[in-house]
Amino acid sequence: MAPIHTQPLLSVRDLVTVFEMPGRSARGVDGVSFEVGQGEVFGLVGESGCGKTATCRSILRLFAGAPARIERGEILFGGLDLLRLDEERLSDIRGAQVAMIFQDPMTSLNPTMRIGAQIGEGLRRHQKLGRAEARRRAFELLASVGVPNPASRLDDYPHQFSGGMRQRVMIAIALACRPKLLIADEPTTALDVTIQDQILKLLLRLKNEYGMSVLIVTHDLGVVAQTCDRVAVMYAGRIAELAEARSLFRNPRHPYTRALLKSLPGLEIEGRRLAPIGGAPPDLARLPPGCRFHPRCAYAVAECRAQLPPLILVGEGHATACIRHESLP
Amino acid sequence: MTSGRRALRSPSFVLGMGLLSAVVVGMALTPLSPYDPVAVNLSEALQPPNASHWLGTDNLGRDVLTRVMAAAWIDLQIALVCVALPFALGSVIGAVSGYVGGRTDAIVMRVVDILWAFPFYVLVVAIVGSLGPGIVNMYLAFTLVVWISFARIVRGEVLVVKRAEYVLAARLLGFSHPRIVLRHILPNVITPAIIYAMADVVLTIVAVTSLSFLGLGIQPPAAEWGLMIAEGRNFIFDAWWISTFPGLAIILVGIAFTLLGDGLDDVLRPKG
Amino acid sequence: MNSAAPLLQVNSLVKGFPARRSLAALMRGEKPRALQAVRGVSLELATGETLGLVGESGCGKSTLGRCIAGLYRPTSGSVFYRGEPLHGRETRRQSSRRVQMIFQDPYASLNPQLSVERTLAEVIRVHGLAKGRSAIADRVDELLLQVGLSPQAKSQLPHTFSGGQRQRISIARALAVEPEIIIADEPVSALDVSIQAQIVNLFIELRERLGLAYLFIAHDLNVVRHVSDRIAVMYLGQIVEVAATRELFRQPGHPYTRSLLSAIPKPDPDHRSHSVSLEGELPDPHFPPSGCNFNTRCPLVVERCRIESPELLEHSPARAVRCHRAFQVEVG
Repeated sequence: MAPIHTQPLLSVRDLVTVFEMPGRSARGVDGVSFEVGQGEVFGLVGESGCGKTATCRSILRLFAGAPARIERGEILFGGLDLLRLDEERLSDIRGAQVAMIFQDPMTSLNPTMRIGAQIGEGLRRHQKLGRAEARRRAFELLASVGVPNPASRLDDYPHQFSGGMRQRVMIAIALACRPKLLIADEPTTALDVTIQDQILKLLLRLKNEYGMSVLIVTHDLGVVAQTCDRVAVMYAGRIAELAEARSLFRNPRHPYTRALLKSLPGLEIEGRRLAPIGGAPPDLARLPPGCRFHPRCAYAVAECRAQLPPLILVGEGHATACIRHESLP
Repeated sequence: MTSGRRALRSPSFVLGMGLLSAVVVGMALTPLSPYDPVAVNLSEALQPPNASHWLGTDNLGRDVLTRVMAAAWIDLQIALVCVALPFALGSVIGAVSGYVGGRTDAIVMRVVDILWAFPFYVLVVAIVGSLGPGIVNMYLAFTLVVWISFARIVRGEVLVVKRAEYVLAARLLGFSHPRIVLRHILPNVITPAIIYAMADVVLTIVAVTSLSFLGLGIQPPAAEWGLMIAEGRNFIFDAWWISTFPGLAIILVGIAFTLLGDGLDDVLRPKG
Repeated sequence: MNSAAPLLQVNSLVKGFPARRSLAALMRGEKPRALQAVRGVSLELATGETLGLVGESGCGKSTLGRCIAGLYRPTSGSVFYRGEPLHGRETRRQSSRRVQMIFQDPYASLNPQLSVERTLAEVIRVHGLAKGRSAIADRVDELLLQVGLSPQAKSQLPHTFSGGQRQRISIARALAVEPEIIIADEPVSALDVSIQAQIVNLFIELRERLGLAYLFIAHDLNVVRHVSDRIAVMYLGQIVEVAATRELFRQPGHPYTRSLLSAIPKPDPDHRSHSVSLEGELPDPHFPPSGCNFNTRCPLVVERCRIESPELLEHSPARAVRCHRAFQVEVG
């Protein structure tokens, strides 16, 4: 269980990230605050467009050319506010103390560079290792992420690996400099379920070995349940509910969380209709007034339209952004 | 965003259209000129730009401005036809070849590869040279040579689009092959060809004027930019205006179409 | 038409793709290896039944679906509709009214240049299912309502619709020819979870209203569980198990099915699995293992598995397993 009382490793406070598009701007992340503790697995879960990916990209300011601008907020890591760092200082931290892995291993690896060189790149940049030393360490890393025949694989190119293997390589690259925090953005979404199972268990094992924290972004509640200590459910750029994983699943205190759990197939009797959430997530450039979920909410009342509900504590480490949480069963 | 609005937001498109419109307006005003583009008037010969002849006169006393505008009619017309014909021929061949695949496609592509090996000018000059100068022969020469570029572009797109699920759905719904190619494939592959066509207009204008410059295209006394440059060659130091202004006209039109092509790219293939 | 014959019957279907050698391989003198995507699949579908087809990447389920629909010609084997060959006997237009297909990618399933109305009207007109502009327009409206869309939107182009809505339009297009069988190839995989539920419900509703039979292809067992009467599990081009849905989940007979089920992350933090469900990687389909395809990863593997390929044996009516050690659970 994650220690809640020691100093958090990462503290995101009131983060607002705006995406500018011709003619309209949307607040992809609109006032998000949460903390990731030492050695903890923290999940950011929600559907597409909820802001979970935008949030984790804001932490390292890796927007890949998207027209994003961080309007305000603080991201505290190891005593520094990452948002106030200049590009050069931030790039010292990227890869060395905070690493990131992405969804699509196909496009995340350089197709023209051998795997050994890609793993070693970070080592040579951040730890100033020589070529032979970096290669040796790359070999160890490949072995530790479960790639068979690591010695010969060091000289292979990405296209010679399967999807699951490429993801392992990405993990090896990310862990090369022993980061304190690993951000995993939908790391297994593109993989088959049996490979997903392998990769998730690998991540958990390595987390324990390296003593690092993991911020995992996913849309899959099953993944959250199996890997996360604490979870934040996001909707339309804000956090709807934040709790320990057990509390979230046993006692969800936000209508969106409840509806998501109910709409999962496989839990109910076959043949019975699933209970989807009617409607669709709002256009971030044209948000409804007040609570963003109220147009689709079975418990909405007039007050819900009046103002944005704040996150309120409803239990030990359990917060919800719903003013009607007491009326929920 | 509608394509109309995108068009207005693209600086290339607006500039290109603006320039082209200016050219078209100039062309429309040509009949208003008091001067005849071909009539010889030796007493007025070799005048530098002045109040009555804004761009001067050439060695035969003809008003340069009138001739430049008259030449625009000829050059643009030829250029557009010399792009439209290969565009049509090449697109159809490329689409059919890409769609049918197999041996047909292999044969067509080998023909394309062989023709591709010859430098463009060599082939065009060879054809026009053997058939003799004249407009129709120029149309023929360009069509026979340029279709391969369009065929390649369209075929490449077709190879991708024919695997798209909406094309598979059309097959599954029992649509005939002509219907699939004409209604479902061609409209979705033609955009790169259109954009290339814009660039091709510029290349064609240069080619057409070059052919006439060499004496293989339009013949005197017609007003044609390449011809005018050739005729002004001998006077380049004393009467620079005879060759310079047609040259500038070519450049201007080239810029207009290049910008228009970029602009069309922004409109038809919006990025981001 | 034979009324006693099943609605759809597939017999020993094989589909191979010719190999393409790289220049380097050619220079090395390597022989071309064909890729056998489907290695002898037989199945049956009854009127109004839904057969779920599951498996991970490379198992051949999509290829199988496309062969049955008629997009690919099988290398060998046959597909029968009510006792008669499905393809080859009739024109493509006629057989298109028996089997239709829904594809995975809603963003590529509709011609981006045609409005919804024109897309649907074209189908109706080509098949002569309604004559005259107003009759066609009425039918278009009817189809849209049937899939839960407002006819008001019919003059819009596909890019104005969301993924879920586009899938609905694709379904409407398929229904326009009034097919009896719909092959749905991962129809909800590209959609958000809450939209997935909506579309799955739509499939169930349409089945009840129109008596459709489905071949429902997916990699997500939970989704398949909801719609299917029976489920077939595929691995490396072969069916390894077929069972009634409830039975498959209650008592999986094949070790791969068992691994697949246990690998699904359960949304229950109180029950966390700690050991990996299935080790190893999928073998290269160009070089399948000798004996049983699954032997390289199977927790129950014994010597026999490496030598002898198991047959798909019926253990009880509606339950078949391709395994020498079907239903056994102890290792070794």
